[in-house]
Amino acid sequence: MPTVKSLEDLKRIREEAMKKRDIKTAGGRVQIVVGMGTPGIAAGARDTLKEFLNLIEEKNLTDVTVRQTGNFGLDSLEPVVQVIIDNAAPVTYGKVTPYAARQIMEQHILGGKVVETNVIPTEAK
Amino acid sequence: MGAHEIVDALNDELVAWGLIDEVQVLETSRLGDPARFGPDLVVYPENVHYASLSVDDIPYLVEEHFLKGRVVEKFRAKETLVTDDELGAPKAKEVRIVLRNCGKIDPHNIEEYIAEDGYQALANALTSMTPEQVIDEVMRSGLRGRGGAGFPAARKWQLCRQVPDGPKYLTCNADEGDPGAFMNRRVLESDPHSVVEGMILAAYAIGASMGYIYCRAEYPIAVANLNVAIEQAREFGFLGQNIFGTDFSFDLEVRMGAGAFVCGEETALIASIEGRRGEPRPRPPFPAVKGVWGKPTNNNNVETYAVVPQILLKGADWYSAMGTEKSKGTKTFAIAGDVVNTGLIEVPFGLSLREVIFDVGGGIKDNKKFKAIQTGGPMGGCLVEEHLDLPLDYEALTAAGSMMGSGGLIIMDDETCMVDIARFFMEFTQEESCGKCTPCRVGTRRILDILEKICNGKGTLADIDQLELLCEEVMKNSLCGLGQGAPNPVVSTLKHFREEYIAHVVDKKCPARVCRALIRYEVIAPTCTGCTVCARNCPVEAISGERRQVHVIDDKTCIRCGICAQVCNFDAIAVLS
Repeated sequence: MPTVKSLEDLKRIREEAMKKRDIKTAGGRVQIVVGMGTPGIAAGARDTLKEFLNLIEEKNLTDVTVRQTGNFGLDSLEPVVQVIIDNAAPVTYGKVTPYAARQIMEQHILGGKVVETNVIPTEAK
Repeated sequence: MGAHEIVDALNDELVAWGLIDEVQVLETSRLGDPARFGPDLVVYPENVHYASLSVDDIPYLVEEHFLKGRVVEKFRAKETLVTDDELGAPKAKEVRIVLRNCGKIDPHNIEEYIAEDGYQALANALTSMTPEQVIDEVMRSGLRGRGGAGFPAARKWQLCRQVPDGPKYLTCNADEGDPGAFMNRRVLESDPHSVVEGMILAAYAIGASMGYIYCRAEYPIAVANLNVAIEQAREFGFLGQNIFGTDFSFDLEVRMGAGAFVCGEETALIASIEGRRGEPRPRPPFPAVKGVWGKPTNNNNVETYAVVPQILLKGADWYSAMGTEKSKGTKTFAIAGDVVNTGLIEVPFGLSLREVIFDVGGGIKDNKKFKAIQTGGPMGGCLVEEHLDLPLDYEALTAAGSMMGSGGLIIMDDETCMVDIARFFMEFTQEESCGKCTPCRVGTRRILDILEKICNGKGTLADIDQLELLCEEVMKNSLCGLGQGAPNPVVSTLKHFREEYIAHVVDKKCPARVCRALIRYEVIAPTCTGCTVCARNCPVEAISGERRQVHVIDDKTCIRCGICAQVCNFDAIAVLS
């Protein structure tokens, strides 16, 4: 990795990073973002993450990417998962157990129907 | 998406129409979801949101809106703007500055941070600002230390910078120890680079060459993510020798603490970093003069550092526009206890406690009544109904007999026994007292003894007087903040809930029906169906009764575990005091 020595270097890296991010978004039709901070993991986010990976393998999906991030700040609703399909607005799910993960995969990602029982409203109240 | 071109086009058009002095073009990270709104902008003060813009739209937009003052309907966003909707569910009234990247970027990837303007502030500062200018900018922003005391951050940096001795060190207090507080953990785990960048900036400002992040071992993910972040920052040349080709060099290291509460006190923290026992020492000399390895050291909290890059990027005026007169900007709070939405929030200073509890926190769980709120962690105080309209800022909380602390808010409903709560916090501070000074070591133990006595129904009125006296002595004579603050929960509950203490010692009753020695369980005869569930679940077989007959609890055998009340399907078990 080249060391950053000037403003121009940083600008270049920033643009590349943004491009990479766009490619990442474009590459997978579906992005699954799992919150893997302490509250998430404590609530079982690892199992949720594994379940998504298993499901992808099981169903032989190639256009679904799974990403990790930190905390969303909704600790009482962990594990929190966001599903972004194409360019649609992200759908945020709470209390995503492996069972819920399977439902999300089958109904939302494959079936196109949001799993209402686990959705966290994007706008609070 | 062409937002940069749009900014350029806007500026060009504004210059062409001679409006550049009247209309200011501000860049922000994002207004709405780019996927829905495309390149967008909001015109203030009208608050008109234009979306899906292209460069070609700009001349018309500028002419119509700014010159002729007509809103261009065809460019207006079709949907109402919900700011920041990528972050899950930002609650109403939240402003996310410290937490802006949390849950949005991959904390293991420096490039995602850079894509969110990361290290831009560092680049600007190192290439075009003197250390004094950095200090000056942070000073003007009004940023105060987020660790609890609220000392102006830039003032602290200035003091350290002025000490002629060297080398200088920088420490970051990531030893978040308050029960129920997890603000720093979230920043460290989810956006570690913001802390790293903030520390490099502070190091540049004071002239430090080495920094330590003191993080507790109980935060393994935070430690791991920090180490990844530091490694990546080194690879990119943000840490190490000659950063950005200047002659400024700085490196960082994570030091793990064993999770001792007292190590949040800066002199104890420094001792622990040096490998010594984590005990505070009298000040002065202050760490700014004699800190790590006896050299000038600046210590700030995670949140303080994390906000610095944003201040330098967006300017002191932007930051100081938020908050109250003396408390500027935003603060993260961990909301825990009996509220609907527990978790982390970031709000501007000046919001009232009521807004935080009822609007952001969603109100009290199970429709119960609000009783008290503990702010400032175990060394803070309880505030009650009458304080609900206080603005959240450093001065107002201190005046009300509590404190800001690091931002833990524990909300209690009317089924909470305040004597029990005071006992709980005392148990914590007594356990965490390092034992170096007598008032704290012995005093906290004695306060706890008396509280336990009262909770056990053996207290007398004289005990309450004794308690008050002890609290005063411990606060006055302890060496560090731990002892000075430890009696706060007792003092504040005594002030606001004295009648509960008196009920415990005189009537031998616990009004909230919590203290085990003062309550008993009884079967409500007309409601009991004789289903035998309680008898089967009682761990000490204190419940007897035939099937379909009213059951009876033997008070002598009962250990007041409350399991019968929990398992009863008919609410037929009453708790009496």
